[in-house]
Amino acid sequence: MTPQLIVFFVLAALAVLGAVTLIAARHPIHSALALIVVMVALAGLYLLQGAEFVAAVQIIVYGGAIMVLFVFVIMLLNAGEEERTSLSRIARVAGIPLALALSGFLAAAVLRSSHAAAQAPVTAASTRGLSMLLFREFVFPFELTSFLILVAILGALVLAQREN
Amino acid sequence: MTDIINILRQHSFLVIALVKCGLLLFILLTVLAYLSLFERKVLAHIQSRWGPYRVGPHGLLQPLADGLKFLFKEDPMPAGVDRFVFLLAPFLSLALALTSLAVIPFGPQPLRFSILGTQYETSLGIVDLNIGLLVLFAITALGVYGVALAGWASNSKYPLLGGLRSSAQMMSYELALTMSVVGVILMAGSFNLREIVTAQEGRMFFGLLPRWNVIAGPFPQIIGFFCYFVAAIAETNRAPFDLPEAESELVAGFNTEYASFKFAMFFMGEYANMITVSCLATIMFFGGWTSPFPSAWSWTHFIPSALLAVLGVLLLIDGIRYETILGKLVLPGVGTALCALSALLLFFAPVNNYIQGPFWFLLKVFIFIFFYVWMRGTLPRFRYDQLMAIGWKILLPLSIANVLLTSLGILKWGLR
Amino acid sequence: MVPAGYYLVLSAILFGLGIVAFVFKRNIITIFMSIELMLNAVNLAFVTFSQVLGKLDGQVFVLFVIVVAAAEAAVGLGIIILIARHRQSLNVERMDLMKF
Repeated sequence: MTPQLIVFFVLAALAVLGAVTLIAARHPIHSALALIVVMVALAGLYLLQGAEFVAAVQIIVYGGAIMVLFVFVIMLLNAGEEERTSLSRIARVAGIPLALALSGFLAAAVLRSSHAAAQAPVTAASTRGLSMLLFREFVFPFELTSFLILVAILGALVLAQREN
Repeated sequence: MTDIINILRQHSFLVIALVKCGLLLFILLTVLAYLSLFERKVLAHIQSRWGPYRVGPHGLLQPLADGLKFLFKEDPMPAGVDRFVFLLAPFLSLALALTSLAVIPFGPQPLRFSILGTQYETSLGIVDLNIGLLVLFAITALGVYGVALAGWASNSKYPLLGGLRSSAQMMSYELALTMSVVGVILMAGSFNLREIVTAQEGRMFFGLLPRWNVIAGPFPQIIGFFCYFVAAIAETNRAPFDLPEAESELVAGFNTEYASFKFAMFFMGEYANMITVSCLATIMFFGGWTSPFPSAWSWTHFIPSALLAVLGVLLLIDGIRYETILGKLVLPGVGTALCALSALLLFFAPVNNYIQGPFWFLLKVFIFIFFYVWMRGTLPRFRYDQLMAIGWKILLPLSIANVLLTSLGILKWGLR
Repeated sequence: MVPAGYYLVLSAILFGLGIVAFVFKRNIITIFMSIELMLNAVNLAFVTFSQVLGKLDGQVFVLFVIVVAAAEAAVGLGIIILIARHRQSLNVERMDLMKF
């Protein structure tokens, strides 16, 4: 057991536990908190792999902006506990085995591929290299995302505006 | 016994880090307690009052009394609260606020010492990260949850409104906060806080002025500093942006339902955030631990000891004339200790040289904290719509303009 | 050192749990959150492949995914607020009309 492996298992357990809590919790706020735990654990895993910048962006944008938005909307709408209905029971009977089969399938496929045996080298991905790539090779998609965000802002404004 | 010592020796890095954490935590909690006294005193003097005066000489034992009160007060759990989230919220605020200070470097030279014949070396500051600045912003970003969840979990109207306000406010100002430091990152070419300070070393204007980011470089970051400081005040929920806890409208905002130690955790978290933000302002815009004077002026090395001596003598004179017997004993005692410390710095040159960096750093941080309190005593609170307008219509465009101008400046004149 | 396969299996597990949450939850906000969980699982796979292949492209993709998720959250939550105002409920089973 190397220290890295121990850290990996702790963070992985945290992530899986968070995802399970997301499903098991009845109140949306608890689900949101569980999802934040997953995101922070994933950021830790990115750090473990040497992807520093992505880890920081993961927490800043996912943890600090998107999930705050979720919590904000839950508070704004005063969302209560979830109702359990007949349909949700059907979903449990049919959905869970299906999803388990799918993730097992995915995991098996991943393990059979040649890359799985490879050790992820822990080389600190330089932020400089990332920015070079982002602003040179991927500059067109990068500019497109700014349009996407603009459209999203306008869309959110139009949608959430009160009708007079 | 020798086994334990051997294990400790093998993992000296971990042990030193743990000891540093403990030491920083101890110092920090003491400083937080006395910061509350400092704030009350300064506010009182701004408003022509005396402030705390009864507990101990000059109210010096007031933080102790406050702490005891926080500990021994009844800790009610309001009906209908979400217990887990209700307890999590204050814990989250304090823990995140304290964690963020781990990234801050306090001085340039590493501390060298030897125990049992082995030499150890450790830097001032707990960790030195390549992405220190990003980590700080990540922790600040998570800080919203403490306030928002406290407001939601309390199951009460005023806290909910306070929590909603704060999550909207912190999200709006986080944008401006992050954009305002991009100029500094461009000029330093690094997210590492130490490297950001190192990039500001050196002199300009015939060696008269320091090369601090706020006045020097291809494009002086004065706009960036303005945006950063205003946004930082809003992020820490301090006056004049303290709408989440506006007493006159929301009783006490998000912490209305909190009492005793849980309230104290929010309180300490707020002060710790204030310190972090001031440290960051010092590092990014005011040259961190670099001295404002040219290094050729060797007399400036004695400023710390002179300051200590003046403070000591003042305390001595004041203590002798103090009304109570406790004051007559304590104040001159503290004064003598300060004078002794000043003499120590005067006669031991290595210690004096070592102390220079941390001294300037802490002095600048102290000035920022004073500024915070000064603002609270001077400015009235903004209205909610004004707050949103300032964040989105003034600070964000200004900070984006700052990024543009800085990058143009670097393109035109190069770095330096 | 951690074998890359471990990360990929974790990513698959998280994706599966995201699907379970997606079909199992009845609250529209939680369903939306499970989509974010799936996106996060994919991001983990992206970062792992980027490290194994020694190319940064995967990490650039993660940045794009995060940007798209942010845009999606803004619009999606706007729609959710609108629905909640009209139907007075967040339960997806109550949203069974194409027009109201």
